[in-house]
Amino acid sequence: MIENRPLGTLLAHFVLIVGIVLVAFPVYYTFIASTYPTQAILSPPLPLVPGGEFLANYGGALFGGSGRIGGIDMVRVLLNTTVVALAIAIGKIVISLLSAYAIVFFRFPLRLVFFWMIFVTLMLPVEVRIVPTYQVIVDLGLLDSYAGLTVPLMASATATFLFRQFFLTIPDELVEAARIDGAGPLRFLRDILLPLSRTNIAALFVITFIYGWTQYLWPLLVTNDNSMNTIIIALRKMISFADADTEWNLVMATTILAIIPPVVIVLLMQRWFVKGLIESEK
Amino acid sequence: MNRRAIFPNTVLPYLLVAPQIAITVVFFFWPAAQAIRQSMLREDPFGLRTRFVGVDNFGRVLGDPAYLNSLQVTAVFSIAVAVSALVVALLLAVMADRVVRGQGLYRTLLLSPYAIAPAIAGMLWLFLFNPSMGTLAVLLRQAGFDWNPLLNGGQAMTLVVAAAAWKQISYNFLFFLAGLQAIPKSLIEAAAIDGAGPAHRFRTIIFPLISPVSFFLLVVNTVYAFFDTFGIIHAVTSGGPGKSTEILVYKVYNDGFVNQQMGVSAAQSVILMVLVIALTFIQFRYVERRVHYA
Repeated sequence: MIENRPLGTLLAHFVLIVGIVLVAFPVYYTFIASTYPTQAILSPPLPLVPGGEFLANYGGALFGGSGRIGGIDMVRVLLNTTVVALAIAIGKIVISLLSAYAIVFFRFPLRLVFFWMIFVTLMLPVEVRIVPTYQVIVDLGLLDSYAGLTVPLMASATATFLFRQFFLTIPDELVEAARIDGAGPLRFLRDILLPLSRTNIAALFVITFIYGWTQYLWPLLVTNDNSMNTIIIALRKMISFADADTEWNLVMATTILAIIPPVVIVLLMQRWFVKGLIESEK
Repeated sequence: MNRRAIFPNTVLPYLLVAPQIAITVVFFFWPAAQAIRQSMLREDPFGLRTRFVGVDNFGRVLGDPAYLNSLQVTAVFSIAVAVSALVVALLLAVMADRVVRGQGLYRTLLLSPYAIAPAIAGMLWLFLFNPSMGTLAVLLRQAGFDWNPLLNGGQAMTLVVAAAAWKQISYNFLFFLAGLQAIPKSLIEAAAIDGAGPAHRFRTIIFPLISPVSFFLLVVNTVYAFFDTFGIIHAVTSGGPGKSTEILVYKVYNDGFVNQQMGVSAAQSVILMVLVIALTFIQFRYVERRVHYA
């Protein structure tokens, strides 16, 4: 602090608190709505304190199933979403780590070609090749499968770059020492490189888990069967403003259920999350 | 990219890159090539015959008033999202950089929306502001304001911009705060000794020093507004009312899947690809410069 200006500091706290209220209010309001019955939600304004339907709404969403999505309950949908997010996170980390390892620690023909092929994927997000990628999934028979939901999203230029940057900082002496001690490439990867990469892996895990959990366009395209929905797609299907039978109490509870897991991951792993966000942009 | 110590091996490195390269070829290069091929073909109305039409589809797309409208909508949407998310985040970051007590807590609370999916962010705002059941919509109408984003295109745009910018504040805040904290304190102290007040220091020292971060964030936010906001548009407005929120990515989806016009949709994909390549180049040129500054 350069000058001591108590009023300025007070103003700073005030602005931050207003900012946090602005950021938190939509989530808080939805949480409040998730504790009221549908009739109360449909006759606004809602009170600012929770109502008494918490258990009924969350129980109904988790175990009861919603008619609009074929009676599938949220336990199943949350399970799908968890499988998808974990598979994408782990898949991205594993294949990126392996390819970065090959590119940094070996010399082989086509090495630079492979490097540039991975780099170019940055310029081809799903959104710009929607229809032909969908056709590939249809041709491979992967509609409504976990493989179809996850494998196409596992290639990652940013994760590969992050591991490559990190591997380049490993001193040559370490590699030489391992080789003199008789370690082959796989042994070096497992016993030396993996333990050294722990923080990078944790950072990437947070980022890629959130990436997987929040996917929208891709699961929308490759799932028709309600039992394969991720929670965000299920939620979208449960909402209709035109029809009177939308179960708003279940919609609100499901929205909160869709928010909690990734937010908890960010809060619990905040240090790695910040590292991952900043490093993956280098 | 050169090390002295490497492993001699002929087969293993190919096995190691194989999974990544296989996914890249099957799900990235092949579909991209197909998009380029389809963009030059046209099917007859019954889907029986396709013929090569060269760049005709591009001419049709670029001459279509609906596409030009979508371009304009995307420009307005991206600029509004980027500017509002950047301004709010910068204000909060400057304030958070100033306070000592509670900084960690403020940061934690402001970071959480990053974990919320764009589509969910859209729904949260829709719950508050949709005319039939949103509490804030009711309060707006009671205040005499004619609020109905389901009929009024400008209001629908405001709603999706608010939801998209709301979600992006976390990310921008984190980078601005890191940028502010990297400024040497001695510079600011020297300016203070010379009699520059907080506002003057911000304008002449702090803002120029964080301008590389701001430029980087501008590019990232533009990419976000172009490509990652599909969920918000799909969940909140479906491009409506009357195409007033139909951004380019939504139009590609709509023409390809809903209207089944493959050639036209593929031509739009190719145009988007050119846009992404341009944006990626800008981003990387900038990253090179940032390395020199640091």
